[in-house]
Amino acid sequence: MKKCVRHFAYLLCTLLVSWNASAQFGGELRFCIRADPKTFNPLLVDEEPSDTVRYLTGGVLARVNRSTQQLEPELATSWKVSDNGRKITFNLRSGVYFSDGTPFSADDVAFTMRQLMDPSLHSPTGDAFRSSNKNVTTQLISRERVAIAFPEPVAGLDRLFDQVAIMSAKSPKKEMAVLGPFYLADYKPGSYVLLHRNPNYWKRDADGKRLPYLDAVRLDIQQNRDLEVLRFTRGEIHLINSLDADYFDRLSDASTASARDAGASLDSEQMWFNQVSNAPIPAYKKAWFTSTNFRRAISQAVNREDLARIVFHGHAHPAVGPVSPANAFWFNSKLKPQPYDSQAALQSLAADGFQFRNGVLKDREGNSVEFSVITNSGNKYREAMAVMMQQDLAKIGIRLNVVTLDFPSLIERISHSFNYEACLLGLVNNELDPNAQMNVWLSSASNHQWNPEQKVPATAWEAEIDKLMHAQASTSNAKKRKHDFDRLQEIVYEQTPFLYLINRDTLIGISNAVHNAEPSVLRPQTYWNIDEMWLQGRPQVASSH
Amino acid sequence: MTTARKIALSLLLVICGASVAANLLAPVPYAEQFRDLPGSPPSTKHWLGTDNLGRDRFSRVLYGSRVSLLLAPTAALISTLLAACIGGAAGFLGGRIQRLAMWTTDLFLSLPWLFLLLAVRALLPLNISPQLSAVVTFSLLGVLGWAASARIICANSSSLRNSDFVLQARASGLKTPRVLAVHVLPNLAPVLLAQFWISIPAFILAEANLGMLGLGVAEPLPSWGSLLRELQSYSALSFHLWQLVPLLLLISVVTCLQILLSNKELTA
Repeated sequence: MKKCVRHFAYLLCTLLVSWNASAQFGGELRFCIRADPKTFNPLLVDEEPSDTVRYLTGGVLARVNRSTQQLEPELATSWKVSDNGRKITFNLRSGVYFSDGTPFSADDVAFTMRQLMDPSLHSPTGDAFRSSNKNVTTQLISRERVAIAFPEPVAGLDRLFDQVAIMSAKSPKKEMAVLGPFYLADYKPGSYVLLHRNPNYWKRDADGKRLPYLDAVRLDIQQNRDLEVLRFTRGEIHLINSLDADYFDRLSDASTASARDAGASLDSEQMWFNQVSNAPIPAYKKAWFTSTNFRRAISQAVNREDLARIVFHGHAHPAVGPVSPANAFWFNSKLKPQPYDSQAALQSLAADGFQFRNGVLKDREGNSVEFSVITNSGNKYREAMAVMMQQDLAKIGIRLNVVTLDFPSLIERISHSFNYEACLLGLVNNELDPNAQMNVWLSSASNHQWNPEQKVPATAWEAEIDKLMHAQASTSNAKKRKHDFDRLQEIVYEQTPFLYLINRDTLIGISNAVHNAEPSVLRPQTYWNIDEMWLQGRPQVASSH
Repeated sequence: MTTARKIALSLLLVICGASVAANLLAPVPYAEQFRDLPGSPPSTKHWLGTDNLGRDRFSRVLYGSRVSLLLAPTAALISTLLAACIGGAAGFLGGRIQRLAMWTTDLFLSLPWLFLLLAVRALLPLNISPQLSAVVTFSLLGVLGWAASARIICANSSSLRNSDFVLQARASGLKTPRVLAVHVLPNLAPVLLAQFWISIPAFILAEANLGMLGLGVAEPLPSWGSLLRELQSYSALSFHLWQLVPLLLLISVVTCLQILLSNKELTA
């Protein structure tokens, strides 16, 4: 009898495994986007809803695998970067057709590049390729081979093509003819975007069956996060790309399989001190803020572990520097998060003549150490972080005044009047490549927040950062670039112009009905492998209503 | 005094008394963070549990009530006095002054007050203590909140100007200050009192609104507005009902104030 039960259990397990393993075709995957897409032209995308549509419909030459973070062939079977990052040659896949049946060839790549680099189009995607004002040239070597030459080296050139959806040069449908897994079938402003399966999609699964498995994807336009979560718990939508810690805990309580923590994201929360020389703040405070010892002491006095544990309910990690540990290649693994140590903080301050007496810290001129930190109102996580830092700093005798401002007022202060002392904000990072941070690290850049738009670098270490950023941008040698950016991370760690506090975790919601989902810390976190995802259960009929 | 008014008065006295005696009643400092106990439920140590940062909610409710209950009447007093001066003078003097005053009042009424408060708040110095920020927030509410009251007071003052007894007083040779002091102000008193009492809950709610936006009293000083921010999260509301205490207090105080207003003041 026992043997029979064992056999039955074995058979049941085998059946279950085989049943799970075989993907079901059909069904409509649903999730929400925050707003109407501003454009369906893939070259003009500059906001998230349009980017979502581009990702789901656009075919690219090479795609960054969001799981391995490696660049993988798509419409190009192989490519070669040459001439120190000035030229890239693609070998294209044959037998590929656009969604309207138009054949794909090197002409389409050349057409897309011409459109992309057309100055009159003002393509945000094209900006990443612009290394100088000179023209980009495209050479058609054969129907399936194309070379693109740039006037100056472009850092991380091949990976930039992850964002370039190839458009048809000949199709009468223009940008509506796509090479991605879905095409735009219907759009009702303010309500939804409906995408149908591209019948001509070139990819096949391991068994040679056509992809994608899904018949349709419906993007409901929904601004309200509460409603989005509510609809998810009711099973009306299948994915939530980004959750905050409160919602994540609520979903976790409802169903452990729905809410997933994919680990530290690329985004960071950081604080910086105003080091602008003509800022309208007292001279003695400017002296504090420009002192490396002072900045390091504040960094040492902040308990990052507590910030992650309490403010983000454990769904965050103490941050190290400008690159999150989630960025596998570019993160400098020699660096560790600044440990919380109030005694070490006091020692750093003592080196600058600060004295801690009767619970109050005073500088060598006898000024009590007090400063304000501004942050944007309405962001409860940042406000909570500031309040926790208030208590941390009180332990070393520093009085921190937390000021929440509406966003326009805050931007006016940090970008124009410079009438602030410290600021707490976050950085949303979409790019793995550090070249995207050029506008932060160059001392002449407007986003060099602690002291923007310097004519000449104010400090030696900022001059070195400038040099390193230019050096990494002017070579295609990945090893050399990594070496340069590692050094930059070390300088930032030593000088602490930004006090990196935490990296939020990537928190997402995935319905139990969705199979083959592989959550990633890179955007789009939940559906990056949409062509391999399938829905279990009775497929819903794709409809426009 | 009706039973309802007696109950309202008692409840209001208890709440006010507790908030005034916050120093004595609060078991721990309102700003202290018990980082091992964030968001904990009520216990013998923390009667109303702790907030998301581990701060004792009971202590924060006591101190928050003190801030809101002390400063909202002050703001109401400022706004009523301003309204009395502007509206009363406009109504009594009439003519161009009345038109100018009412034009200014209309301008104030047409302003989006929330955005105005945000703008004024953004212009304030950054390095002010939380206590000063509370005073500034309520003062702003008082200074900017006079317009609606002024219009009502102006209408009443205008009708008093044309009343028989004021005409008779003038005809008998009384000077304007005496007419104002003896005949006008006593007759305006019910309107002023009504405006004062009505303004208190309005300012408590206004501070709560600003607090919900994170623009009210600065951390770590609590106020009802900042305490109510905890209720912004639907998930928090579903699982921690004791967080409703500040809301219940707000509702109780506003209701009590309404009950306590006399019929005369209500009709005024």
